[in-house]
Amino acid sequence: MKFDTVVIGGGPAGLAAAICASKGGASVLLIEREARLGGILKQCIHDGFGVVRFGEKLSGPEYADRFIRELAQTNVQVSLFSFVTRTVKNQNTYNITYVCKDGVRHAECDRIVLATGCRERTRNGIFVHGDRCAGVYTAGAAQNLVNILGVMPGKRVVILGSGDIGLIMARRLTLEGAKVVGVYEAKPTPSGLTRNIHQCLNDFDIPLYLSKTVTRVFGETRLEKVEISDVDEKMRPIVGTEQLVDCDCLVLAVGLIPENELARDLGITLDPKTKGAVVDQNCQTLADGIYACGNALHVNDLVDYVSESGETAGNHCARPFKMRDLKPIQTVGKLLYVVPQRLDVNSDVSKVVMYFRASEELADQRLTVTAGGQKVFDRVYGKLLPPEMERIAVDFGKAANLDDIVVKLEGK
Amino acid sequence: MEMVCIVCPNGCRLSVERTGDKVTVSGNKCKRGEAFAVNELTNPTRSVTTSVKTTVKGYPVISVKTDGEIPKGKIFELMNLCKQIIVTEPLPIGATVATDLFGTGVNLITTKTMEETNE
Ligand SMILES: Cc1cc2nc3c(=O)[nH]c(=O)nc-3n(C[C@H](O)[C@H](O)[C@H](O)COP(=O)(O)OP(=O)(O)OC[C@H]3O[C@@H](n4cnc5c(N)ncnc54)[C@H](O)[C@@H]3O)c2cc1C
Repeated sequence: MKFDTVVIGGGPAGLAAAICASKGGASVLLIEREARLGGILKQCIHDGFGVVRFGEKLSGPEYADRFIRELAQTNVQVSLFSFVTRTVKNQNTYNITYVCKDGVRHAECDRIVLATGCRERTRNGIFVHGDRCAGVYTAGAAQNLVNILGVMPGKRVVILGSGDIGLIMARRLTLEGAKVVGVYEAKPTPSGLTRNIHQCLNDFDIPLYLSKTVTRVFGETRLEKVEISDVDEKMRPIVGTEQLVDCDCLVLAVGLIPENELARDLGITLDPKTKGAVVDQNCQTLADGIYACGNALHVNDLVDYVSESGETAGNHCARPFKMRDLKPIQTVGKLLYVVPQRLDVNSDVSKVVMYFRASEELADQRLTVTAGGQKVFDRVYGKLLPPEMERIAVDFGKAANLDDIVVKLEGK
Repeated sequence: MEMVCIVCPNGCRLSVERTGDKVTVSGNKCKRGEAFAVNELTNPTRSVTTSVKTTVKGYPVISVKTDGEIPKGKIFELMNLCKQIIVTEPLPIGATVATDLFGTGVNLITTKTMEETNE
């Protein structure tokens, strides 16, 4: 089968991309490996989604439902239980191989949207040593067990990582009757929103321990205890501070990384800072016709921006091909990353949405964007935190020259 | 006393003074912060999201939420109530599975449509 666009991944990014590409007139195939659409939102049953877009506090499934319904009004062809294993470039098109219930299938297309989401760091990724026992889960796996399968991962739980996912799981497991003995965080400050510290931990008297990490796990077949150590400023465990904590379940909420197996196959240039593809303002990667959006592009903290990037990619997929002229976007100052990393000066530059994160907690900062030495954007921030992504919209049309684009963050 | 407003992701740090019947709030960026602080002192409430069991194929559990806030002290009572609920037919999103929780007028509703599956 030949399609204009194939979208890989049916989470909020892929749903938005497929809807927009189809509305723009493209023929679209949406490929999802799971039984249902919605991606990770299916298991994020807590509320707080869609505050920016809908001005309401929706649960994850409710947010996804709005897009799934909209998708049903379009001509998008959906293939569930379908796992994309390979993508290769032909002369002018791409060939996609996917495995589904009927066996191995192929689809040909002009454009691909990578909306494959992110994966979680595991025990190996953070160097926890010890026995190979049952009872160690990533937060996402634990969330899936409780919220989709209705099974509890344990009775006495230690949570490593104080990001929002760790905090939300602490509350969820407590509500379902588990004893959460503590949330342990290696950094000196919690990573999650203050609001979540309050409503997920304080409301249920769950202790939060800072500058501590799990260094070893013990258990014959099932986890029995973990060793907790204090860490120094460089987050290295301090010998002599070890302490044993009894538990039958360890939940690792230690970070997300964009899922980019397919991008790697296609030889797409990745940004070492975001771990996702390098893209222009239309979410097009450095390979013509291949787009990346949502958490596959960079890990977002608000799903509203995930949908936004999917829409950007989808809208552009429906436009005719045009030669690009890509200019690099340079960053100066304490910026963890800026997306997009390129500006295509042959397409619309008047409403360029940019996302950035500061590399450390900073007060009283000024962000400026200049092109050819001319200032096109300027904003002052009272406070910037790495866990909170910022979004700006820049009109590069104001600049006479787009040769030298710089995003700069400096003390005000 | 100090508290954190949980109405929206801003998470304003509130200072709350109580003199007799009068409560003064500062540190809030919007009006909702003041209402939250007063409520938190007099009758703290929360919305709750959780799940209930089902006998429908493909759905061991279905996600639900309170369609308003219930007293904070009733959260575990609600969890116990949820353990007794078993959904036996595919329900659409927004369907009521328990009404008028603890006389508050708040209902427990589904947050996901249960599709007939082809698994
Ligand atoms: C455990 C966890 C909890 C989270 N909690 C929150 C939260 O509370 N609030 C919040 O705002 N954000 C949360 N997030 C972030 C959340 O991922 C994003 O908000 C949003 O869901 C990302 O959307 P997405 O479409 O980019 O990715 P996803 O929702 O992950 O969707 C990606 C989809 O691609 C499919 N896929 C991947 N590879 C292939 C392939 N090769 N072939 C076919 N299909 C494929 C997957 O099955 C999946 O359905 C959480 C993330 C995780 C991992």
